[in-house]
Amino acid sequence: MHIAEGFLPPAHAIAWVAASAPFVVHGVRQLTREVREHPESTLLLGASGAFMFVLSALKLPSVTGSCSHPTGSGLGAVLFRPPVVAVLGTVTLLFQALLLAHGGLTTLGANVFSMAVVGPWAGYGVYRLARGLGARLEVAVFCAAFVADLSTYCVTSVQLALAFPDPVSGFLGALGKFGSIFAVTQIPLAVSEGLLTVLVVRLLLQSNAGELARLGLQAGGRGKAGAEAVTR
Amino acid sequence: MRRNARVNVLLVLAVVLIAVLPVVLGLGDHKAEPFAGADAEAETAITEIDPDYRPWFSPVYEPPSGEVESGLFAVQAAVGAGVVAYCLGLWRGRRQGEARAAAAASGAASGPPPADDADPGRV
Repeated sequence: MHIAEGFLPPAHAIAWVAASAPFVVHGVRQLTREVREHPESTLLLGASGAFMFVLSALKLPSVTGSCSHPTGSGLGAVLFRPPVVAVLGTVTLLFQALLLAHGGLTTLGANVFSMAVVGPWAGYGVYRLARGLGARLEVAVFCAAFVADLSTYCVTSVQLALAFPDPVSGFLGALGKFGSIFAVTQIPLAVSEGLLTVLVVRLLLQSNAGELARLGLQAGGRGKAGAEAVTR
Repeated sequence: MRRNARVNVLLVLAVVLIAVLPVVLGLGDHKAEPFAGADAEAETAITEIDPDYRPWFSPVYEPPSGEVESGLFAVQAAVGAGVVAYCLGLWRGRRQGEARAAAAASGAASGPPPADDADPGRV
């Protein structure tokens, strides 16, 4: 989903920076508040960011015959809510843009919007929905990570189709083209990301259930979201 | 193996399987460059749609070779995995320590101390 350096026209690059900036600024405020109010959560915040670091460095083969990588944003979204992930994702993308020539500074706004804004929010929405419907924690976490991963790549496809509409078939033609490169490739990877996120949440439940409970993640069918829905 | 550990191992195996199967089944054979990065394929698609487009900015730093680049990716993954593993180990150790302290406290009050090989990490 990394749009390469210089591959978005300046007007698009600026527009995506403007779209992402409020989310990142809000995220920085939420992150500092979380650390100030709950200093003990610093370690888990670090682990969530580190999980994004690992997954976005893992380039995996896919059924389309090309390689892509997961995003790791679903875990942080479920644990700390999406605004915090906007910050963690921006740090990851900056590292890759500056040291790996992967993504870029001019495309940072667009890449942050897909991976650190839309992905986490979509994943979090699905998580709340699944929990509200009484899904087991593992099922809800899997769905969140799957949707966060896949929606990120769908947004990248839309971003590229907006910037480079096909001369003949227009925006939709280009969307089909970029979608077949990104979104289709991503489906099995999104499954992998879902499984890995479930694995980490299970390991967290086995070692640090107390803090997960504070964040509203309890094993079983009805979590905080479900309990709230019931009492209302 | 305990049930929890068994499920965790199965999750890892499933991920490995999903990654390995496309390669084993030769799903990249129809391509000139099998299993190239989707990001690079998107760049190609852009130049197909708009052959006149030239990137207007180049990366501030570019790894001098593919080896250096894959090394930096490995560093990124290693740093991330290291932090995650450190946290998980720390929490598990804390839990075991708390369980041992609790067992020792109740043991001092009544009966012999608990055996050292007891597994307080059991879920």
